[in-house]
Amino acid sequence: MATLVAPVQHSHIEDAKALYKACKGWGTDEKAVISILGHRTAAQRQQIRLAYQNLYQEDLVKRLESELSGAFEKAVYRWILEPADRDAVLANVAIKKACPDYHVIIEIACVHSPEELLAVRRAYQLSYKLSLEEDVAAHTTGDLRKLLVALVSVLRYDGPEINARLAKSEADILEDAIKNKAFNHEEVIRILTTRSKAQLMATFNRYRDDCGTSITKIIRNAIKGAGTDEDALTRVIVTRAEKDLKVIKEVYYKRNSVTLEQAVAKDTSGDYNAFLLTLLGKAD
Amino acid sequence: MAEIEALIKAFSGHGVDEKTVISILGNSQPEHRQAFRKEGGFFAEDERRFERWNDHHVKLLKHEFMRFKNAVVLWAMHPWERDARLIKEALKKGPNSNSVIVEIASTRSSDELLGARKAYHSLFEHSIEEDVASHIHGKEKKLLVALVSAYRYEGPKVKEDVAKSEAKALISAVKNAEKQNPIENDEVVRILSTRSKPHLKSVFKHYKEIAGQHFEDELDVHLILQAAVQCLITPQSYFSRVLDEAMRDGADKNTKKGLTRVLVTRADVDIRAISDDYRNHYAIPLADKIEAKAKGSYKEFLLTLMARGN
Repeated sequence: MATLVAPVQHSHIEDAKALYKACKGWGTDEKAVISILGHRTAAQRQQIRLAYQNLYQEDLVKRLESELSGAFEKAVYRWILEPADRDAVLANVAIKKACPDYHVIIEIACVHSPEELLAVRRAYQLSYKLSLEEDVAAHTTGDLRKLLVALVSVLRYDGPEINARLAKSEADILEDAIKNKAFNHEEVIRILTTRSKAQLMATFNRYRDDCGTSITKIIRNAIKGAGTDEDALTRVIVTRAEKDLKVIKEVYYKRNSVTLEQAVAKDTSGDYNAFLLTLLGKAD
Repeated sequence: MAEIEALIKAFSGHGVDEKTVISILGNSQPEHRQAFRKEGGFFAEDERRFERWNDHHVKLLKHEFMRFKNAVVLWAMHPWERDARLIKEALKKGPNSNSVIVEIASTRSSDELLGARKAYHSLFEHSIEEDVASHIHGKEKKLLVALVSAYRYEGPKVKEDVAKSEAKALISAVKNAEKQNPIENDEVVRILSTRSKPHLKSVFKHYKEIAGQHFEDELDVHLILQAAVQCLITPQSYFSRVLDEAMRDGADKNTKKGLTRVLVTRADVDIRAISDDYRNHYAIPLADKIEAKAKGSYKEFLLTLMARGN
């Protein structure tokens, strides 16, 4: 469930005017920016952007980029883009880092539905004049490249059909590969990067039934992630606020015994802090 | 007898010359048919003293009669369903049909290939990449999975310095062919399956300049790799070659299907350019060749597809 709290009715023209006022002159009224944008759905945000463009002949995104700074600016920038454009930006940033953020690519590739991933790939081409897989391939090597390129290129079948016998035979393959610590095993990559999500779930369940442990734990430990905490925090909250952040909050609390809000409060400050908390559903 | 020869001819080639069959066989008396059975080569003397249809020939005839129907059904299909079904058929037929998968994955536009992938979901409840990855086992597997997964950028922008360095990587892969087959080389697969087509044209232009010869003239390069390169940068020559091989005497069943497949899948796209390439290469207009090798309604259908809008 989403954590975003947004009014059902709003005037995007009023919002655009209010944002213009907040950015006018010296300094910026960040509170106003947060109180408006932090309470609008994706569709509403795009309407506001359009209204702003019509009223002031300027892209709201560019205006905010120049007015805001730091982690707050990054978060708002990610928030105001359309989801597909946003993920394309996130992917590009992740790839171009001196030490590429592989788990961002994995996250984008795996969390989305096939159609959503396709939208990200199109947005990537539009923005960067290259395909996503081209860039991923050119910035990675070896087994990681095989895995990542396949993950971003696949158009998984999205139906619910499961083949139980196939689930068993592929669970066996995974078991063998894990026993031999062969995570680059061609078959492991094939299974993870081509099978439908329903089929993979069946395979993982079969694995758990046969081996007693969850395969996701093993895979998580095997893939080392090294993004900065700030980026990851922004990314997860901004991309999931309208989807399932509530569920993520619950799981987070179960696993860490502190709420996500408390963790955010502890590690962030100022406008950035306020913005994230707003997205998390805190009442103003 | 001239008539028996004419009848045999009506049944040989691509499709069936229905008019000849009707006029000769339809007008025949029992003794004419017996003569045909004794001399045609389609029958064998059975031990119980009658001329029996050769099962093999009946099958061949079935295929020839079906050629027109298959062409029509394929032509009416949505291009996405068409490509999805062609890929599925190629997967079923085995390694000799891998070139069909290369052909479809590499000659379609990014959105056409995407459409085919979606249609495949609907038709077969699996993704193409899933089925290719699990059904193909040879050296070409890596490349094929990558090719069917591609969603290439289609703009004209090319970075010449990148193209040049990628040409060098290809040259190096070919030089090292003894240690590793270039078709399995990660860089080769990456370049061929992710780069845009304009970029690839530039890559192979640099290849020729640096290596001194065209990539397609390199020996010891896996046929599938050669096919992929041709399909990506000079599809019309590739298609005219497929057509020529399909119409060669003695072509096998699968190769013959290339005639229908190319004509039907390219009639709306670039059949004219393919036609021009064919005439330049083989010194005879494509339509003339089809007139000579195909028969009956099948022939008329193909020629009509080609002549549309003329």
